[in-house]
Amino acid sequence: MRPSILIDISFRALRAKRSRTFLTMLGIIIGIASVIIIMSAGAGAQSLIVNQIKSIGTNFITVFPGKSEDKGPPSSVLGLITTSLKDADITALLNKNNVPHGIAVTGYNRGVGTITWRDQQIDGTFVGVNSYFPEVEDSQVAEGRFFTEDENASLARVVVLGYQTKQDLFADQEAVGQVIKIKKSAFTVIGVNPKEGVKGFQNVDSLVYIPAKTAQKILLGTNYYSQIRVKVDDEANIDETILDTQLTLREDHRITNPIDDDFTVRSQKDSLDILLAVTNALKFFLAAIAAISLIVGGVGIMNIMLVAVNERTREIGLRKAVGAKNGNIMSQFLIESVIITLVGGIIGIVIGVVFSTLIAFVARALSYNWDLVISPFAIILATSISIVVGLVFGLYPASRASKLNPIEALRYE
Amino acid sequence: MADLLIKLVNVGKQYESGESGTVALNDINLDIKPGEFVSIMGPSGSGKSTLMHIMGFLDKPSSGQYFYKDQDVSNFDDDKLAGIRNTEVGFVFQAFNLLQRTNVYDNVKLPLVYANKKLDKDKVEMAIKRVGLFHRINNLSNQLSGGEKQRVAIARALVNDPSIIFADEPTGNLDSKSGKQIMEILQDLNAAGKTIILVTHEQETAEHAQRIIKIRDGQIVSDEQVKERHFARQEDGLRK
Ligand SMILES: Nc1ncnc2c1ncn2[C@@H]1O[C@H](COP(=O)(O)OP(=O)(O)O)[C@@H](O)[C@H]1O
Ligand SMILES: [Mg+2]
Repeated sequence: MRPSILIDISFRALRAKRSRTFLTMLGIIIGIASVIIIMSAGAGAQSLIVNQIKSIGTNFITVFPGKSEDKGPPSSVLGLITTSLKDADITALLNKNNVPHGIAVTGYNRGVGTITWRDQQIDGTFVGVNSYFPEVEDSQVAEGRFFTEDENASLARVVVLGYQTKQDLFADQEAVGQVIKIKKSAFTVIGVNPKEGVKGFQNVDSLVYIPAKTAQKILLGTNYYSQIRVKVDDEANIDETILDTQLTLREDHRITNPIDDDFTVRSQKDSLDILLAVTNALKFFLAAIAAISLIVGGVGIMNIMLVAVNERTREIGLRKAVGAKNGNIMSQFLIESVIITLVGGIIGIVIGVVFSTLIAFVARALSYNWDLVISPFAIILATSISIVVGLVFGLYPASRASKLNPIEALRYE
Repeated sequence: MADLLIKLVNVGKQYESGESGTVALNDINLDIKPGEFVSIMGPSGSGKSTLMHIMGFLDKPSSGQYFYKDQDVSNFDDDKLAGIRNTEVGFVFQAFNLLQRTNVYDNVKLPLVYANKKLDKDKVEMAIKRVGLFHRINNLSNQLSGGEKQRVAIARALVNDPSIIFADEPTGNLDSKSGKQIMEILQDLNAAGKTIILVTHEQETAEHAQRIIKIRDGQIVSDEQVKERHFARQEDGLRK
């Protein structure tokens, strides 16, 4: 008996019960579409993360205060405030004898406050950095100049505005030379940054930069940094620089055993790996939840197939009477359930791809750097899962059908 | 060709159901030659259908032996039995048992679907012509009258050119005119060489055969040739 005949029989049976077939398929359609959307949105979100991290460059390392697990997030990310990074550390890291491949070092601290110019007022974020900042982050002022190390050391009240902040306060007027107030303290605008957009997960255009020591003494009342970045002369020297940085900081902090480290040094690649590991886990976890709906869909198919076997008992008896072997009946019902899941799977894939494309479209319209990723792997996986669900959940009803006694089946009312 | 088509030796059939179990057939010995037209008669529950199912390879005897064309088929497995059902026999049931919402052509085609041969369209059309329903070939089964349904069932039984046609109360659900047409077709087929085994509880219907086997409580009580055979052919008969 040719498979094409079995497929034909199955299609006829399914067409005879169109709406029931469609409702049975729905579980599979939803399940497969969710798996595709989650995989694609997950990959899109990952592309966003990767693009964000790459946007601030890859040839520097970051020191976070506090110790962390080898591959885990730094404790500062978890919301713990640690005060271990101080000015002395920056000075030590700037010393070529300590870190030969380090070419620029800046600490960061930040705070929020009201920023005013005349009658204009905004709630802004100020970031305290030192004069090496433009070199560390590859950013150049568009107007005026950045502050010098002397200005930092002397707690000068100078500020470099992010593009958006300048627009909000001054619109088209000249900003350089004007005096603004940050948390009621007066600062002279000495420079304006170009429009840079979202970089490293934050909109840098809405920040203002002031000397780190000025920020500590005048606005924050602290003496530590939330992170330090060391620019490395070449990406090839990153690992070596991480080691140099660790040794320098241990000496500075009088730490003899690395277990007692009160800081964490990470390269951009480390950060990338950690974020990818976390998001991968999240992606597969969500996909697994979506896959559970496939099991529910499969149970629905098993249920409907059992109903179909019951309804068609006499037909099965007749087919056996005219010579159908048990295997023929088995294949007929298995093919039927696989058609349901496979067609459902294909519809689900199409819906999933359409939605993933929409999500990517919307994300890009919101100017996120989001790639549309629909991996052939996800599609092959979804198709295989559909077939497997059909086979697994169709097996029991099909075997029930194939084992029917032809005489009893013919008599069945 | 073997002298005997069917030979049953001490065939018995018990059903496990109930407290003591039912004895449906008891010690049946029976020979049927090729080309015979045999009626099996008896009251309801006497075991007629059970006997037909065993001879038609739908069921297996609990005891005794069944020789078909000299071959012992008593212990054939399901697939082998399905194979001979397909090539050697055709069934006509009281309840027609056509596929629903399926046209005449596809209903008649069914046995060929399960044959290990290429599907021969001509065979299907020939069988449909044989029962005089060629003009109805594309009608769905539920658009047919009872008599037409049973003729489709006969065409289906014929299509794979079997040695025997088993008909279990084929006229039981039909008016007398349609019933006559069915008996006429069966007699014509028998005249053309097919062995026909007809199960009925009506004397009148049974007498269309050459031989009547009467059973009661699962045992053969008489086995006689019909003296005055009925012929269903009328002047205004179906076949020209
Ligand atoms: N599947 C079965 N299980 C139990 N008893 C059965 C079964 N099939 C038939 N019988 C019994 O076997 C006997 C003969 O049945 P059957 O051959 O159908 O009789 P008939 O066709 O002459 O009316 C009856 O007593 C019937 O109740
Ligand atoms: Mg009966």
